[in-house]
Amino acid sequence: MANPQYSVLSGAQSAISANKVLKNTYMLLSATLGFSALMAVISMSLALPSWMYLVSVIGAMVMGMFVLPRTANSSAGIGVLFAITGLLGLGLGSILTMYMALPRGPEIIATAFAGTGLIFLGLSGYALTSKRDFSFMGGFLFAGIMVVFIAAIANIFLAMPALSLAVSGGIILLMSGFILFDTSRIINGGETNYIMATYGLYLNIFNIFISLLQILGIMSSDD
Amino acid sequence: MDLFMKIVAAAAMGMMVFYAWRAYQQWQQQGPKAEKGDWQAVILPLAMVAGLVVLLIAMVR
Repeated sequence: MANPQYSVLSGAQSAISANKVLKNTYMLLSATLGFSALMAVISMSLALPSWMYLVSVIGAMVMGMFVLPRTANSSAGIGVLFAITGLLGLGLGSILTMYMALPRGPEIIATAFAGTGLIFLGLSGYALTSKRDFSFMGGFLFAGIMVVFIAAIANIFLAMPALSLAVSGGIILLMSGFILFDTSRIINGGETNYIMATYGLYLNIFNIFISLLQILGIMSSDD
Repeated sequence: MDLFMKIVAAAAMGMMVFYAWRAYQQWQQQGPKAEKGDWQAVILPLAMVAGLVVLLIAMVR
């Protein structure tokens, strides 16, 4: 027969452990976002060319796939995470330089920034207060990512603005779903490594910001 | 974007599709299935995100 005292203690311990992961994740997330912003400012002041974005995304992607999972259980993982987010910040800076040159560039950037913040805070708050388990969305979200990336690959060669808008809109909705999914996995003990949890949430925020920039940039132009 | 950059970008995205495919298979086989009311709890916040994006577009137009 199950010992009820043990299960109460075990439940409390897992809640404390989940809270610790959540606290560490948000602390590391704010540090990496700050570092990324600093690297973006440096990139803008150096006026790095736009191809830097592609180079940084590929570099960050390779590190995120092959280096981070191997180092995430040691302190080296924090260094790798800062390297990835710094690299993405550098690439972001080169994109922001392009947007700053647009007639209403600063307004578009500020709107995308505020929108990203609202989406992240709203969805995180919802996942934290509802305490629902959103892990049932895993298959759907990864299937959606495949569809969106295949459309994005096609659009590299087709260069259709309507498809570009659809891809960006799809990415925003999918990344919003990933915020719910990732946050609920931290709360429910599905993700116990705060470095990997931070990496997931950082990518969600980064992708929402880039996609919002693209949508607002296209929709604000008069043509 | 010149052709070389396009090919590099497409290859990188192709790698992401492969990565997403593996994750998709894993979640389909081992992930929990949705229960009654689960999708309703997702649709409402996502609809609010879509509404916010429309509002932001209206602000910059």
